[in-house]
Amino acid sequence: MDRLLFGDNQFFGVNHMSEERARAQAMRFQNLDAVMNVLDTAYDEGIRTFMCTTHDRIAEVAQRVRKDSDRYADFVFYPCMPYAHKYANAVTDYGMLGVLKKFLPDESLLSATLRGGKAFARKDIESVITMLVDAEMSMFEGLRTPVVFLQNVVVDLLLGLGFDEAFAVFARHVEQRYGAEPGFITMNLPRLLDTLDRVGVANPIVCSSINKLGFRMCGGVEAYRTVLEEREFRAIAMSVYASGAIPPREAFEWISGFPRIQSVVFGASSGANIRGTRDVASATFTSPAA
Amino acid sequence: MVRLAVVGIGKMGLSHLSILRQHPDVQSVAMCDSSGFVLDVLGKYTGLTSYRDYDRMLREEPLDGVVIATPTKAHFPMVRSAIEHGVNVFCEKPLTLSANQSMELAELARRSGLRTQVGYHNRFVAAFAEAKRLLELGAIGEVKHALAEAYGPVVLRAKASTWRGRRAEGGGALYDYAAHPLDLLTWYLGEPSAVSGTVLGNIFSVETEDEVYATLHYPKASAQLSVNWSDESYRKMSTKITLTGTLGRITVDRQECQVYLREQAICPSGYQHGWNVRYTTDLTDQVWFYVRGEEYSAELDYFVRSVAGNLRAGEPAERNSFTSAAVTDRVIERLVGDAALPTTPVSGPVALPGPRRQQEPASRVRQLRSRMQDRWQRRRQTA
Repeated sequence: MDRLLFGDNQFFGVNHMSEERARAQAMRFQNLDAVMNVLDTAYDEGIRTFMCTTHDRIAEVAQRVRKDSDRYADFVFYPCMPYAHKYANAVTDYGMLGVLKKFLPDESLLSATLRGGKAFARKDIESVITMLVDAEMSMFEGLRTPVVFLQNVVVDLLLGLGFDEAFAVFARHVEQRYGAEPGFITMNLPRLLDTLDRVGVANPIVCSSINKLGFRMCGGVEAYRTVLEEREFRAIAMSVYASGAIPPREAFEWISGFPRIQSVVFGASSGANIRGTRDVASATFTSPAA
Repeated sequence: MVRLAVVGIGKMGLSHLSILRQHPDVQSVAMCDSSGFVLDVLGKYTGLTSYRDYDRMLREEPLDGVVIATPTKAHFPMVRSAIEHGVNVFCEKPLTLSANQSMELAELARRSGLRTQVGYHNRFVAAFAEAKRLLELGAIGEVKHALAEAYGPVVLRAKASTWRGRRAEGGGALYDYAAHPLDLLTWYLGEPSAVSGTVLGNIFSVETEDEVYATLHYPKASAQLSVNWSDESYRKMSTKITLTGTLGRITVDRQECQVYLREQAICPSGYQHGWNVRYTTDLTDQVWFYVRGEEYSAELDYFVRSVAGNLRAGEPAERNSFTSAAVTDRVIERLVGDAALPTTPVSGPVALPGPRRQQEPASRVRQLRSRMQDRWQRRRQTA
């Protein structure tokens, strides 16, 4: 994994601090060209990994990258699935079961079970999970996706429920079908590491809010410090600026104190900000000792 | 340690179940739903105890509290039944579909001494709570007006296959969306004395409304409600309240609390005259487990601790109680009634207030016209 990964919140009007800023970004990035301009800038500055939600618009980015394989020879996607609002909004329209039927490419298995009113077998649930993953992955066909992530809303929902086996099913499928490593995004890092241990996902890639302020670090900064020092896993830090509350240098200097943090994912909308983060990172967040 | 059950395993129910199962003071969580499919899958993979029959669960499962997240129509009988079994209740919003039923439940809860709470999660959003604190400090003086808005992308085409598209079951933008800003208004300004000008319009829905506009009247203030759940220019539900007072203005949403204070205002600690912005990221307290927003964890944490008798010193004895939710339900009911009242036509006779109304409308119009002509003539002469 690269030290710096480029995130996509800014392209979709996601801003933890201000609705106004979020809307301004949504307007600015309405056209794909505006998105591609920023991605090109990042790529040309040496940031080659795009960690992105499986939003419909990312399919358009994927298409551009696929079409210009010379220009984007080193371009890497880290898909994060699913784009949760797509499913959440659909639940309101179709109900829980309706959503599964709508999003499954091959609904034969599910609807047969439903029509028959039979109980679900474990293998049925496994195939529902794998079919949903395949549906989300189809937009990246022919592109490099060495790590595939499960989004935090889904990870944390399953984690809370104790639906542990879903993590193992996801990990197995991503490895076998896509030759990729499974990744997990969470707001509850210490708890998730325990669960992944239990279901046998070894040395996992886990992306989580990690910042000096303790913003969105559930379990507390101390618990995070402990797992970052003691547990075997590959950490990706997000929200390192805590939504702008921590100045870049201070943020990265703090992150550098944890050798298990292999990468930082960040979002930016301008060349100046991309270069700013890259320069601070190359000064403070150098290659891990190990 | 408390023993709980979540009833209704839909979008909210699943999220509540997930959060509660990780709470350190929760000993066990059972689940109850009419759909065998959901219980079957969850039961198999999570080992949670499940019931398809709510009454059987209340009889058989030892419970300290239930969390009810069924379609709104089912709230009243379920809540009543839980109270009769001596079980504390957290109920999703709105409490019921009738003000009388909500007041009846509030009264039942009061007499039983049980803990009750309604899922108006915005009151647990740090930015909205900061606005409440500022109002109590009198930072913006006397509130003269409030604008309460909620927009989002829920119904974007004509289709109503779930209960949310049917008013009789508690669907529609009024119950589902407008209830949130209305509850915040209740929190900030108390109960309105009257409502007027209610519009329940539809954009896509056939069986219910997609937009709600109304005026609410308070003894010393007025408020405008503007709600539309068929607006996909908002990525997700967005609720915003603007409070205009004699000494300043507050505009608050989930993310931030923007405050303008006039020169004459007495600034609360940390605030200055002119503009101030407080971000939720700074104001929010850490939660023990996060699924999709600190407020959902915080509201359930409050319920669990109040059932367990573990409220902290200085913490309010009740938050989002049935009594306050019943006020919001009463306002909702009044809006439905108001929407059916006749409006004032623009064409035709002019209705004027006061004793002059007795005059023949036509002669009144003539009188007004001649007065205007006089005025114009005088103006021309002075020019």
